[in-house]
Amino acid sequence: MIELLTTRHNPLVDPTLHVWEWQIPVYLFLGGWVAGSMVLTGYLQRQARAPGQSSVSDRLPWIGLLLISLGMGALFLDLEHKLYVWRMYLTFQPLSPMSWGGWILLLVYPVLALGALATLADGALDRWPRLAAFARQLQSHAATRWLSLANIVVGIALGIYTGILLSSLGARPLWASAVLGPLFLVSGLSAGAAFAHVIAPGHAEQEQLLRFDNLFLMTELGLIALFLIGLLTVGAVHAQAAQLLLGGPFTAVFWVLVVGLGILLPLAIQSLMVAGRIPHTVIAPLLVLLGGLALRFVIVYAGQYSEWISP
Amino acid sequence: MARFGMVIDTKKCVGCMDCVVACKTENDVPDGHCRDWISQRLQGEMPHLRLTITSERCNHCDSPPCVTCCPTGASHVQEFGKVVLVDHDKCIGCKACLAACPYGARFIHPDGYADKCTFCMHRVERGLAPACVDVCPTRCMHFGDLDDPESEVSRLIATRRHFVLKPDAGTRPRIFYLE
Repeated sequence: MIELLTTRHNPLVDPTLHVWEWQIPVYLFLGGWVAGSMVLTGYLQRQARAPGQSSVSDRLPWIGLLLISLGMGALFLDLEHKLYVWRMYLTFQPLSPMSWGGWILLLVYPVLALGALATLADGALDRWPRLAAFARQLQSHAATRWLSLANIVVGIALGIYTGILLSSLGARPLWASAVLGPLFLVSGLSAGAAFAHVIAPGHAEQEQLLRFDNLFLMTELGLIALFLIGLLTVGAVHAQAAQLLLGGPFTAVFWVLVVGLGILLPLAIQSLMVAGRIPHTVIAPLLVLLGGLALRFVIVYAGQYSEWISP
Repeated sequence: MARFGMVIDTKKCVGCMDCVVACKTENDVPDGHCRDWISQRLQGEMPHLRLTITSERCNHCDSPPCVTCCPTGASHVQEFGKVVLVDHDKCIGCKACLAACPYGARFIHPDGYADKCTFCMHRVERGLAPACVDVCPTRCMHFGDLDDPESEVSRLIATRRHFVLKPDAGTRPRIFYLE
Protein backbone atom coordinates (compact mmCIF):
# COMPACT_ATOMS: atom_id res chain seq x y z
CA MET A 1 0.00 0.00 0.00
CA ILE A 2 1.26 3.45 -0.84
CA GLU A 3 -0.74 6.48 0.24
CA LEU A 4 0.59 9.71 -1.15
CA LEU A 5 -0.39 13.01 0.42
CA THR A 6 0.83 16.17 -1.25
CA THR A 7 0.30 19.52 0.36
CA ARG A 8 1.30 21.66 -2.60
CA HIS A 9 -1.43 23.62 -4.27
CA ASN A 10 -0.60 24.56 -7.82
CA PRO A 11 -4.16 24.72 -9.15
CA LEU A 12 -3.20 23.77 -12.69
CA VAL A 13 -1.08 20.82 -11.66
CA ASP A 14 -2.91 19.02 -8.86
CA PRO A 15 -4.41 16.53 -8.46
CA THR A 16 -3.54 15.65 -12.07
CA LEU A 17 -1.84 17.75 -14.66
CA HIS A 18 -4.30 19.65 -16.76
CA VAL A 19 -2.73 22.47 -18.68
CA TRP A 20 -4.22 22.13 -22.13
CA GLU A 21 -7.92 22.75 -22.69
CA TRP A 22 -10.09 22.51 -25.83
CA GLN A 23 -7.84 24.84 -27.84
CA ILE A 24 -5.05 22.30 -28.31
CA PRO A 25 -7.15 19.33 -29.55
CA VAL A 26 -9.08 21.67 -31.83
CA TYR A 27 -5.82 23.01 -33.25
CA LEU A 28 -4.37 19.51 -33.66
CA PHE A 29 -7.52 18.40 -35.47
CA LEU A 30 -7.66 21.39 -37.80
CA GLY A 31 -3.91 21.19 -38.42
CA GLY A 32 -4.20 17.50 -39.26
CA TRP A 33 -7.18 18.15 -41.54
CA VAL A 34 -5.23 20.83 -43.42
CA ALA A 35 -2.21 18.52 -43.60
CA GLY A 36 -4.35 15.78 -45.17
CA SER A 37 -5.95 18.25 -47.56
CA MET A 38 -2.54 19.50 -48.68
CA VAL A 39 -1.23 16.01 -49.38
CA LEU A 40 -4.38 15.17 -51.35
CA THR A 41 -4.19 18.48 -53.19
CA GLY A 42 -0.61 17.72 -54.18
CA TYR A 43 -1.54 14.22 -55.35
CA LEU A 44 -4.58 15.35 -57.35
CA GLN A 45 -2.62 18.21 -58.94
CA ARG A 46 -0.17 15.68 -60.33
CA GLN A 47 -2.92 13.69 -62.00
CA ALA A 48 -3.66 14.23 -65.68
CA ARG A 49 -6.65 16.52 -66.22
CA ALA A 50 -8.56 17.40 -69.38
CA PRO A 51 -8.47 21.13 -70.31
CA GLY A 52 -11.17 23.01 -68.40
CA GLN A 53 -11.93 20.05 -66.15
CA SER A 54 -12.40 21.19 -62.57
CA SER A 55 -10.98 19.35 -59.57
CA VAL A 56 -11.47 19.51 -55.84
CA SER A 57 -7.78 20.43 -55.65
CA ASP A 58 -8.82 23.90 -56.90
CA ARG A 59 -10.99 24.38 -53.84
CA LEU A 60 -8.90 22.78 -51.12
CA PRO A 61 -6.25 25.54 -50.82
CA TRP A 62 -9.00 28.07 -50.01
CA ILE A 63 -10.54 25.75 -47.43
CA GLY A 64 -7.08 25.06 -46.07
CA LEU A 65 -6.36 28.76 -45.56
CA LEU A 66 -9.59 29.11 -43.61
CA LEU A 67 -9.05 25.99 -41.47
CA ILE A 68 -5.41 26.68 -40.63
CA SER A 69 -6.32 30.23 -39.64
CA LEU A 70 -9.02 28.91 -37.31
CA GLY A 71 -6.50 26.43 -35.89
CA MET A 72 -3.88 29.10 -35.37
CA GLY A 73 -6.53 31.21 -33.68
CA ALA A 74 -7.25 28.36 -31.24
CA LEU A 75 -3.53 27.94 -30.64
CA PHE A 76 -3.14 31.65 -29.94
CA LEU A 77 -6.03 31.53 -27.46
CA ASP A 78 -4.17 28.83 -25.55
CA LEU A 79 -1.01 30.91 -25.07
CA GLU A 80 -0.70 32.47 -21.62
CA HIS A 81 1.88 35.08 -22.63
CA LYS A 82 0.24 36.14 -25.89
CA LEU A 83 2.12 39.37 -26.54
CA TYR A 84 5.39 37.45 -26.62
CA VAL A 85 4.35 35.02 -29.39
CA TRP A 86 6.79 36.68 -31.82
CA ARG A 87 9.60 35.23 -29.70
CA MET A 88 8.86 31.93 -31.43
CA TYR A 89 10.25 33.32 -34.66
CA LEU A 90 13.46 34.79 -33.30
CA THR A 91 14.93 31.34 -32.78
CA PHE A 92 14.87 27.77 -34.01
CA GLN A 93 15.14 25.07 -31.36
CA PRO A 94 15.99 21.84 -33.21
CA LEU A 95 15.05 19.60 -30.26
CA SER A 96 11.64 21.20 -29.77
CA PRO A 97 8.82 19.84 -31.98
CA MET A 98 6.85 22.96 -31.10
CA SER A 99 9.58 25.10 -32.62
CA TRP A 100 9.54 22.90 -35.74
CA GLY A 101 5.75 23.30 -35.83
CA GLY A 102 5.95 27.06 -35.62
CA TRP A 103 8.24 27.19 -38.63
CA ILE A 104 6.26 24.54 -40.55
CA LEU A 105 3.12 26.64 -40.06
CA LEU A 106 5.02 29.55 -41.55
CA LEU A 107 5.58 27.41 -44.68
CA VAL A 108 1.97 26.23 -44.82
CA TYR A 109 0.56 29.69 -45.45
CA PRO A 110 2.59 30.58 -48.59
CA VAL A 111 2.09 27.11 -50.10
CA LEU A 112 -1.69 27.34 -49.56
CA ALA A 113 -1.79 30.97 -50.71
CA LEU A 114 0.11 30.19 -53.92
CA GLY A 115 -2.18 27.21 -54.53
CA ALA A 116 -5.22 29.42 -54.02
CA LEU A 117 -3.84 32.14 -56.28
CA ALA A 118 -3.19 29.59 -59.02
CA THR A 119 -6.88 28.68 -59.07
CA LEU A 120 -8.05 32.18 -59.84
CA ALA A 121 -9.22 32.68 -63.37
CA ASP A 122 -7.85 35.62 -65.34
CA GLY A 123 -11.05 37.62 -64.96
CA ALA A 124 -10.86 37.66 -61.17
CA LEU A 125 -7.55 39.49 -61.21
CA ASP A 126 -8.20 42.04 -63.96
CA ARG A 127 -7.65 44.94 -61.58
CA TRP A 128 -4.19 43.64 -60.64
CA PRO A 129 -2.43 42.80 -63.92
CA ARG A 130 0.87 41.85 -62.28
CA LEU A 131 -0.90 39.47 -59.92
CA ALA A 132 -2.85 38.04 -62.88
CA ALA A 133 0.41 37.43 -64.74
CA PHE A 134 1.89 35.75 -61.66
CA ALA A 135 -1.24 33.57 -61.31
CA ARG A 136 -0.88 32.52 -64.97
CA GLN A 137 2.73 31.55 -64.30
CA LEU A 138 1.57 29.46 -61.34
CA GLN A 139 -0.83 27.63 -63.65
CA SER A 140 2.05 26.47 -65.86
CA HIS A 141 2.88 22.78 -65.90
CA ALA A 142 6.26 23.22 -64.19
CA ALA A 143 4.90 25.51 -61.45
CA THR A 144 2.02 23.10 -60.79
CA ARG A 145 4.48 20.22 -60.38
CA TRP A 146 6.57 22.18 -57.88
CA LEU A 147 3.53 23.44 -56.00
CA SER A 148 2.08 19.96 -55.75
CA LEU A 149 5.37 18.64 -54.40
CA ALA A 150 5.46 21.49 -51.85
CA ASN A 151 1.90 20.61 -50.80
CA ILE A 152 2.81 16.96 -50.24
CA VAL A 153 6.05 17.63 -48.34
CA VAL A 154 4.70 20.44 -46.14
CA GLY A 155 1.43 18.55 -45.58
CA ILE A 156 3.24 15.41 -44.37
CA ALA A 157 5.49 17.51 -42.12
CA LEU A 158 2.49 19.33 -40.64
CA GLY A 159 0.53 16.11 -40.06
CA ILE A 160 3.39 14.21 -38.43
CA TYR A 161 4.51 17.11 -36.26
CA THR A 162 1.09 17.38 -34.60
CA GLY A 163 1.60 13.86 -33.22
CA ILE A 164 5.32 14.11 -32.48
CA LEU A 165 4.56 17.29 -30.52
CA LEU A 166 2.82 15.17 -27.91
CA SER A 167 5.07 12.11 -28.05
CA SER A 168 8.14 14.24 -27.34
CA LEU A 169 6.75 15.19 -23.92
CA GLY A 170 8.02 12.06 -22.20
CA ALA A 171 6.52 12.92 -18.81
CA ARG A 172 3.12 11.71 -20.02
CA PRO A 173 3.34 7.94 -20.58
CA LEU A 174 0.27 7.77 -22.85
CA TRP A 175 1.96 10.13 -25.30
CA ALA A 176 5.28 8.28 -25.21
CA SER A 177 4.73 6.60 -28.57
CA ALA A 178 6.25 7.41 -31.94
CA VAL A 179 3.07 5.97 -33.52
CA LEU A 180 1.24 9.19 -32.63
CA GLY A 181 2.96 10.99 -35.52
CA PRO A 182 1.78 8.66 -38.30
CA LEU A 183 -1.56 8.15 -36.51
CA PHE A 184 -2.35 11.86 -36.53
CA LEU A 185 -1.11 12.15 -40.13
CA VAL A 186 -3.36 9.31 -41.34
CA SER A 187 -6.27 10.67 -39.31
CA GLY A 188 -5.68 14.04 -40.99
CA LEU A 189 -5.53 12.36 -44.41
CA SER A 190 -8.80 10.63 -43.63
CA ALA A 191 -10.47 13.89 -42.57
CA GLY A 192 -9.08 15.60 -45.67
CA ALA A 193 -10.33 12.86 -48.01
CA ALA A 194 -13.74 12.69 -46.33
CA PHE A 195 -14.30 16.43 -46.63
CA ALA A 196 -12.86 16.60 -50.16
CA HIS A 197 -15.28 13.85 -51.19
CA VAL A 198 -18.18 16.06 -50.08
CA ILE A 199 -17.07 19.12 -52.06
CA ALA A 200 -15.55 17.30 -55.08
CA PRO A 201 -17.14 18.50 -58.35
CA GLY A 202 -16.90 15.24 -60.30
CA HIS A 203 -18.27 11.76 -59.63
CA ALA A 204 -15.04 10.02 -60.60
CA GLU A 205 -13.04 12.13 -58.15
CA GLN A 206 -15.62 11.47 -55.44
CA GLU A 207 -15.21 7.72 -55.97
CA GLN A 208 -11.45 8.00 -55.88
CA LEU A 209 -11.52 10.02 -52.64
CA LEU A 210 -13.89 7.53 -51.04
CA ARG A 211 -11.50 4.67 -51.86
CA PHE A 212 -8.64 6.69 -50.44
CA ASP A 213 -10.58 7.43 -47.28
CA ASN A 214 -11.42 3.79 -46.76
CA LEU A 215 -7.74 2.97 -47.08
CA PHE A 216 -6.86 5.71 -44.59
CA LEU A 217 -9.50 4.54 -42.11
CA MET A 218 -8.21 0.95 -42.24
CA THR A 219 -4.64 2.22 -41.79
CA GLU A 220 -5.81 4.32 -38.84
CA LEU A 221 -7.30 1.22 -37.21
CA GLY A 222 -4.01 -0.59 -37.62
CA LEU A 223 -2.05 2.33 -36.16
CA ILE A 224 -4.39 2.55 -33.17
CA ALA A 225 -3.78 -1.17 -32.57
CA LEU A 226 0.00 -0.63 -32.82
CA PHE A 227 -0.27 2.36 -30.47
CA LEU A 228 -2.02 0.27 -27.81
CA ILE A 229 0.19 -2.79 -28.30
CA GLY A 230 3.28 -0.59 -27.97
CA LEU A 231 2.08 0.92 -24.70
CA LEU A 232 1.01 -2.44 -23.28
CA THR A 233 4.32 -4.13 -23.99
CA VAL A 234 6.91 -1.46 -23.19
CA GLY A 235 6.56 -1.35 -19.39
CA ALA A 236 4.32 -1.03 -16.35
CA VAL A 237 3.98 2.76 -16.44
CA HIS A 238 2.93 2.80 -20.09
CA ALA A 239 0.66 -0.22 -19.67
CA GLN A 240 -1.13 1.64 -16.87
CA ALA A 241 -1.49 4.64 -19.18
CA ALA A 242 -3.02 2.39 -21.85
CA GLN A 243 -5.57 1.25 -19.28
CA LEU A 244 -7.07 4.74 -19.46
CA LEU A 245 -8.42 3.62 -22.86
CA LEU A 246 -8.93 -0.03 -21.90
CA GLY A 247 -11.28 0.11 -18.95
CA GLY A 248 -10.34 3.48 -17.50
CA PRO A 249 -12.25 6.77 -17.64
CA PHE A 250 -11.62 7.43 -21.35
CA THR A 251 -12.66 3.97 -22.56
CA ALA A 252 -16.22 4.74 -23.60
CA VAL A 253 -15.47 7.93 -25.50
CA PHE A 254 -12.47 6.32 -27.21
CA TRP A 255 -14.14 3.13 -28.38
CA VAL A 256 -17.57 4.61 -29.13
CA LEU A 257 -16.73 8.01 -30.60
CA VAL A 258 -13.26 7.48 -32.07
CA VAL A 259 -13.28 3.83 -33.16
CA GLY A 260 -16.99 3.02 -33.51
CA LEU A 261 -18.63 6.17 -34.87
CA GLY A 262 -15.44 7.74 -36.22
CA ILE A 263 -13.85 4.82 -38.06
CA LEU A 264 -15.87 1.57 -38.23
CA LEU A 265 -19.31 3.01 -39.06
CA PRO A 266 -18.11 5.43 -41.78
CA LEU A 267 -15.86 2.67 -43.15
CA ALA A 268 -18.89 0.41 -43.46
CA ILE A 269 -21.06 3.15 -45.02
CA GLN A 270 -18.33 4.24 -47.44
CA SER A 271 -17.64 0.64 -48.45
CA LEU A 272 -21.30 0.31 -49.41
CA MET A 273 -21.07 3.62 -51.28
CA VAL A 274 -18.02 2.44 -53.23
CA ALA A 275 -19.82 -0.82 -54.05
CA GLY A 276 -22.75 1.19 -55.37
CA ARG A 277 -25.14 -0.33 -52.85
CA ILE A 278 -26.19 3.04 -51.39
CA PRO A 279 -26.07 6.57 -52.77
CA HIS A 280 -23.39 9.04 -51.71
CA THR A 281 -24.14 10.68 -48.36
CA VAL A 282 -22.51 13.32 -46.23
CA ILE A 283 -23.18 11.32 -43.06
CA ALA A 284 -20.09 9.14 -43.35
CA PRO A 285 -17.68 12.05 -44.00
CA LEU A 286 -19.23 13.97 -41.10
CA LEU A 287 -18.66 10.96 -38.85
CA VAL A 288 -15.05 10.77 -40.01
CA LEU A 289 -14.53 14.43 -39.08
CA LEU A 290 -16.23 13.88 -35.72
CA GLY A 291 -14.00 10.86 -35.08
CA GLY A 292 -10.87 12.83 -35.95
CA LEU A 293 -11.83 15.59 -33.53
CA ALA A 294 -12.69 13.05 -30.81
CA LEU A 295 -9.33 11.30 -31.33
CA ARG A 296 -7.45 14.54 -30.59
CA PHE A 297 -9.59 15.30 -27.55
CA VAL A 298 -9.17 11.80 -26.10
CA ILE A 299 -5.42 11.65 -26.67
CA VAL A 300 -4.78 15.16 -25.33
CA TYR A 301 -7.00 14.80 -22.25
CA ALA A 302 -6.10 11.20 -21.40
CA GLY A 303 -2.42 11.98 -21.92
CA GLN A 304 -2.56 14.71 -19.33
CA TYR A 305 -4.31 12.29 -17.00
CA SER A 306 -1.45 9.78 -17.28
CA GLU A 307 1.66 10.10 -15.13
CA TRP A 308 4.70 8.19 -13.89
CA ILE A 309 3.52 5.96 -11.08
CA SER A 310 6.88 5.46 -9.37
CA PRO A 311 7.02 7.58 -6.19
CA MET B 1 32.20 24.73 -13.33
CA ALA B 2 29.78 23.94 -10.52
CA ARG B 3 26.75 21.68 -10.89
CA PHE B 4 24.41 22.55 -8.07
CA GLY B 5 22.21 19.99 -6.39
CA MET B 6 20.38 19.39 -3.18
CA VAL B 7 20.40 16.60 -0.62
CA ILE B 8 17.46 16.27 1.78
CA ASP B 9 17.57 14.00 4.80
CA THR B 10 14.13 12.38 5.11
CA LYS B 11 15.11 11.09 8.56
CA LYS B 12 15.28 14.70 9.79
CA CYS B 13 12.46 16.32 7.80
CA VAL B 14 9.33 16.79 9.93
CA GLY B 15 7.21 18.39 7.19
CA CYS B 16 6.87 21.72 9.01
CA MET B 17 6.61 23.56 5.64
CA ASP B 18 9.00 26.28 6.72
CA CYS B 19 10.76 25.74 3.37
CA VAL B 20 7.49 26.39 1.54
CA VAL B 21 6.78 29.58 3.45
CA ALA B 22 10.37 30.79 3.09
CA CYS B 23 10.27 30.24 -0.67
CA LYS B 24 6.96 32.06 -1.07
CA THR B 25 8.28 34.99 0.95
CA GLU B 26 11.73 35.15 -0.60
CA ASN B 27 10.53 34.83 -4.20
CA ASP B 28 7.21 36.65 -3.88
CA VAL B 29 5.38 33.57 -5.20
CA PRO B 30 1.78 34.58 -6.03
CA ASP B 31 -1.16 33.32 -4.03
CA GLY B 32 -2.45 29.93 -5.10
CA HIS B 33 0.94 28.75 -6.38
CA CYS B 34 4.12 27.38 -4.87
CA ARG B 35 7.61 26.59 -6.06
CA ASP B 36 8.17 23.92 -3.42
CA TRP B 37 5.85 21.69 -1.46
CA ILE B 38 5.75 18.82 1.03
CA SER B 39 4.73 15.25 0.15
CA GLN B 40 4.09 12.42 2.55
CA ARG B 41 4.37 8.78 1.46
CA LEU B 42 2.83 6.17 3.72
CA GLN B 43 4.04 2.70 2.71
CA GLY B 44 3.46 -0.82 3.98
CA GLU B 45 0.63 -2.68 5.71
CA MET B 46 -0.64 -2.18 9.27
CA PRO B 47 1.07 -2.33 11.67
CA HIS B 48 4.28 -2.17 9.61
CA LEU B 49 3.96 1.30 8.16
CA ARG B 50 6.65 3.72 7.08
CA LEU B 51 6.07 7.43 6.61
CA THR B 52 8.47 9.36 4.40
CA ILE B 53 8.23 13.14 4.23
CA THR B 54 9.85 14.85 1.27
CA SER B 55 10.32 18.53 0.52
CA GLU B 56 9.93 18.70 -3.27
CA ARG B 57 10.63 21.27 -6.00
CA CYS B 58 12.12 21.47 -9.48
CA ASN B 59 14.82 18.80 -9.67
CA HIS B 60 17.06 20.86 -11.99
CA CYS B 61 17.51 17.65 -13.95
CA ASP B 62 20.69 16.82 -15.84
CA SER B 63 18.43 15.77 -18.72
CA PRO B 64 15.62 18.33 -18.46
CA PRO B 65 12.65 17.62 -20.79
CA CYS B 66 11.29 21.11 -20.06
CA VAL B 67 14.34 22.62 -21.75
CA THR B 68 14.35 20.46 -24.87
CA CYS B 69 10.64 20.97 -25.55
CA CYS B 70 10.72 24.77 -25.17
CA PRO B 71 10.10 26.39 -28.59
CA THR B 72 11.69 29.73 -27.74
CA GLY B 73 14.69 28.79 -25.60
CA ALA B 74 13.06 30.51 -22.60
CA SER B 75 13.64 27.37 -20.54
CA HIS B 76 17.39 26.96 -20.42
CA VAL B 77 20.27 25.56 -18.42
CA GLN B 78 22.30 28.38 -16.94
CA GLU B 79 26.06 28.01 -17.26
CA PHE B 80 26.65 28.92 -13.61
CA GLY B 81 25.67 25.91 -11.54
CA LYS B 82 23.91 24.15 -14.47
CA VAL B 83 20.62 25.35 -13.00
CA VAL B 84 17.40 25.15 -15.05
CA LEU B 85 15.84 28.60 -15.36
CA VAL B 86 13.08 30.36 -17.33
CA ASP B 87 13.68 33.64 -19.15
CA HIS B 88 10.34 35.38 -18.55
CA ASP B 89 10.71 37.70 -21.55
CA LYS B 90 11.17 34.76 -23.93
CA CYS B 91 8.36 32.57 -22.56
CA ILE B 92 5.18 32.57 -24.67
CA GLY B 93 3.18 30.56 -22.13
CA CYS B 94 2.63 27.54 -24.40
CA LYS B 95 2.75 25.21 -21.35
CA ALA B 96 4.78 22.51 -23.14
CA CYS B 97 7.24 22.56 -20.23
CA LEU B 98 4.42 22.01 -17.74
CA ALA B 99 3.30 18.99 -19.73
CA ALA B 100 6.88 17.72 -20.08
CA CYS B 101 7.84 17.89 -16.38
CA PRO B 102 7.11 14.58 -14.61
CA TYR B 103 7.35 16.31 -11.22
CA GLY B 104 4.68 18.95 -11.76
CA ALA B 105 7.23 21.51 -10.66
CA ARG B 106 6.08 24.30 -12.95
CA PHE B 107 3.08 26.56 -13.01
CA ILE B 108 1.90 29.53 -15.02
CA HIS B 109 2.55 32.75 -13.16
CA PRO B 110 -0.44 35.15 -13.21
CA ASP B 111 1.70 37.39 -15.45
CA GLY B 112 1.62 34.65 -18.12
CA TYR B 113 5.04 33.00 -18.04
CA ALA B 114 6.10 29.58 -16.74
CA ASP B 115 7.54 29.79 -13.26
CA LYS B 116 9.35 27.40 -10.90
CA CYS B 117 12.16 26.99 -8.38
CA THR B 118 15.41 28.75 -9.32
CA PHE B 119 17.49 27.27 -6.47
CA CYS B 120 17.37 30.95 -5.30
CA MET B 121 20.13 31.85 -7.73
CA HIS B 122 19.88 35.50 -6.66
CA ARG B 123 20.98 34.37 -3.18
CA VAL B 124 23.49 31.74 -4.30
CA GLU B 125 25.29 34.30 -6.49
CA ARG B 126 25.80 36.36 -3.31
CA GLY B 127 27.22 33.37 -1.47
CA LEU B 128 24.02 32.53 0.42
CA ALA B 129 22.13 29.24 0.51
CA PRO B 130 18.64 28.96 -1.05
CA ALA B 131 15.95 30.34 1.27
CA CYS B 132 14.41 26.91 1.90
CA VAL B 133 17.78 25.49 3.00
CA ASP B 134 18.52 28.51 5.16
CA VAL B 135 15.34 28.38 7.22
CA CYS B 136 15.04 24.62 7.77
CA PRO B 137 14.76 24.19 11.54
CA THR B 138 15.99 20.56 11.48
CA ARG B 139 18.86 21.31 9.07
CA CYS B 140 17.70 18.45 6.87
CA MET B 141 18.45 20.26 3.61
CA HIS B 142 21.89 20.64 2.07
CA PHE B 143 22.89 22.57 -1.05
CA GLY B 144 26.13 22.49 -2.96
CA ASP B 145 28.25 21.44 -5.93
CA LEU B 146 27.68 17.84 -6.96
CA ASP B 147 30.81 17.90 -9.14
CA ASP B 148 33.02 18.72 -6.15
CA PRO B 149 33.79 15.41 -4.38
CA GLU B 150 34.66 17.32 -1.21
CA SER B 151 31.35 19.18 -1.00
CA GLU B 152 28.85 18.29 1.72
CA VAL B 153 26.24 17.13 -0.79
CA SER B 154 28.73 14.85 -2.58
CA ARG B 155 29.91 13.33 0.71
CA LEU B 156 26.34 12.70 1.86
CA ILE B 157 25.42 10.98 -1.40
CA ALA B 158 28.62 8.90 -1.24
CA THR B 159 28.05 7.72 2.31
CA ARG B 160 24.27 7.46 2.79
CA ARG B 161 21.54 5.41 1.11
CA HIS B 162 19.46 7.73 -1.02
CA PHE B 163 16.81 7.89 -3.72
CA VAL B 164 15.57 10.34 -6.36
CA LEU B 165 12.00 10.97 -7.49
CA LYS B 166 10.68 9.12 -10.55
CA PRO B 167 14.07 7.79 -11.73
CA ASP B 168 12.35 5.85 -14.54
CA ALA B 169 11.37 9.12 -16.21
CA GLY B 170 15.01 9.36 -17.32
CA THR B 171 15.47 12.99 -16.34
CA ARG B 172 18.44 12.40 -13.99
CA PRO B 173 17.17 14.65 -11.19
CA ARG B 174 19.65 16.50 -8.96
CA ILE B 175 17.68 16.43 -5.72
CA PHE B 176 18.64 13.42 -3.61
CA TYR B 177 16.70 12.14 -0.62
CA LEU B 178 18.60 10.38 2.16
CA GLU B 179 16.83 7.32 3.56
